[in-house]
Amino acid sequence: MDLALQIVTSGLLTGGIYALLAVGLTLIFGVLRVVNFAHGEFMMLGMYGAYWMWALWDIDPYLSVFVVVPAIFALGLLVDRLIIRRTIGAPEVTVVFATLGLSIFLQNAALTVWSADTRSVTTGYTGTAFTLGEVRASVPLVVSFGVALVLALALWAFLNNTRFGKAIQAVAQNRDAAALMGINVQRVYMMTYAIAVAGAGAMGAIAAPVFSVVPRVGLSFVITAFVIVVLGGLGSVPGAVIAALLIGVVQSVVGFMIGAAWAEIAYFAVFMAVLVLRPQGLFGRRGAEVYQGA
Amino acid sequence: MTLLDVEDVAVYYGDMCALSSVSVSVDEGEAVAVLGANAAGKTTLLRAISGLAPVAAGTIRFAGETITHVPPHERVDRGLIQVPEGRLVFPFLSVFDNLRLGAYAQRARASADERLAFALELFPRLKDRGSQMAGSLSGGEQQMLALARALMGQPRLLMLDEPSLGLAPLLVQEVMQRIDVIHQEGVTVLIVEQNAAQTLKLVDRGLVLENGTVATSGTAADLAASDEVRRAYLGI
Repeated sequence: MDLALQIVTSGLLTGGIYALLAVGLTLIFGVLRVVNFAHGEFMMLGMYGAYWMWALWDIDPYLSVFVVVPAIFALGLLVDRLIIRRTIGAPEVTVVFATLGLSIFLQNAALTVWSADTRSVTTGYTGTAFTLGEVRASVPLVVSFGVALVLALALWAFLNNTRFGKAIQAVAQNRDAAALMGINVQRVYMMTYAIAVAGAGAMGAIAAPVFSVVPRVGLSFVITAFVIVVLGGLGSVPGAVIAALLIGVVQSVVGFMIGAAWAEIAYFAVFMAVLVLRPQGLFGRRGAEVYQGA
Repeated sequence: MTLLDVEDVAVYYGDMCALSSVSVSVDEGEAVAVLGANAAGKTTLLRAISGLAPVAAGTIRFAGETITHVPPHERVDRGLIQVPEGRLVFPFLSVFDNLRLGAYAQRARASADERLAFALELFPRLKDRGSQMAGSLSGGEQQMLALARALMGQPRLLMLDEPSLGLAPLLVQEVMQRIDVIHQEGVTVLIVEQNAAQTLKLVDRGLVLENGTVATSGTAADLAASDEVRRAYLGI
């Protein structure tokens, strides 16, 4: 029993960290109808940001979030200006090539500047753990989980409780109608993209005490995030959070019971089952994209 | 005073010419109808005026200023408000959220509460449905919501694209009557309709579009009496 509890706990904790990556991905898709293949690279940049601030100036990775988030937000604005904006309305393959190209570019830029060396952050709390009964959880994992969930919920609250958040939802539901309300659709696209990638950057910074960083680190994370986004329902923020927790548990349980190599196979099996049985995902709205534009 | 002046406007979708050399002008306080068969270019004309369809040639002036290439959201901020075809309410937002978004433009924000009260007085059923998702409303209620939402934007010119589309005859009457009330309140109206008989009762003037050009135009009475219009659009 305690063992089962332990496995589920570590699954939930890891899943929670994924949630922050997945909500941004689902938001970009829901609002811009763009699949952001470069999403993992913004996370990678966030990890390097946290790593270098720790390595050079001994700044705690959790504090580096306050620098990483504005920096990646600004980068997001720039990327929207230079790339994303130009692909809106273009054929889907154009969007795929553009964001995939950006992903490859950022990976190789990181490889050139920072080499392929694996780097890890070690702090005073590395290796320490909280204990509750028989269940142990590493301190950085618990803190990262908490920060990730708080940020994901903050995003959700922003979308539901502010005028601009409502405007973002309006654009997602019908772009033309939103424009007819006086909403600057292009500005909504730009801000949504920047907010979402800043979330990926924040996720990278808070993941730095838990995972090692290499230039290709974003890839494995973003693939899991894609599974989460589809499972939760394309465009659904709460769906992405719950699906992230679920995938974390599946990964952890299967990893323990069968073997780590099977964990990925297991959640891809879940992924395919969802596509067959409930293509709109757990919290998606069937045909939501039908309302997009006239 | 001329509020809207469309002059020799052309719109293309790819190589296809949807509008060519169309001119329309609407005076302050008037109600004008655009009639025509399917694919005559009626919706394209409204989309061009709203800025959703790019204009290839010609000019559009609103309240004396040229707006031919002004982005849509800035036109809304000048009081040029369109109720699009098919209503296009935001289905997964509440009725109240839809209404509040109607007053998103800067110029509409200050007096939003006042106009919310007026809109709910005109469409009392929306009040009971306030917290319901707009997508769960019936077609008639969605049209009411779309009209109320447009009123929230403090329109100087209200453009309506097929407001009677897909509604039962009784609801068509109700919608038309509400549009008349809005017009009587002093809002200038430009209405696109297939339901010519109902529409001509409501407006001062009208024009008929055919294959992307103006085929004929005149007062509502003249159009209703014209044999050509009667045969083609009134089904008499």
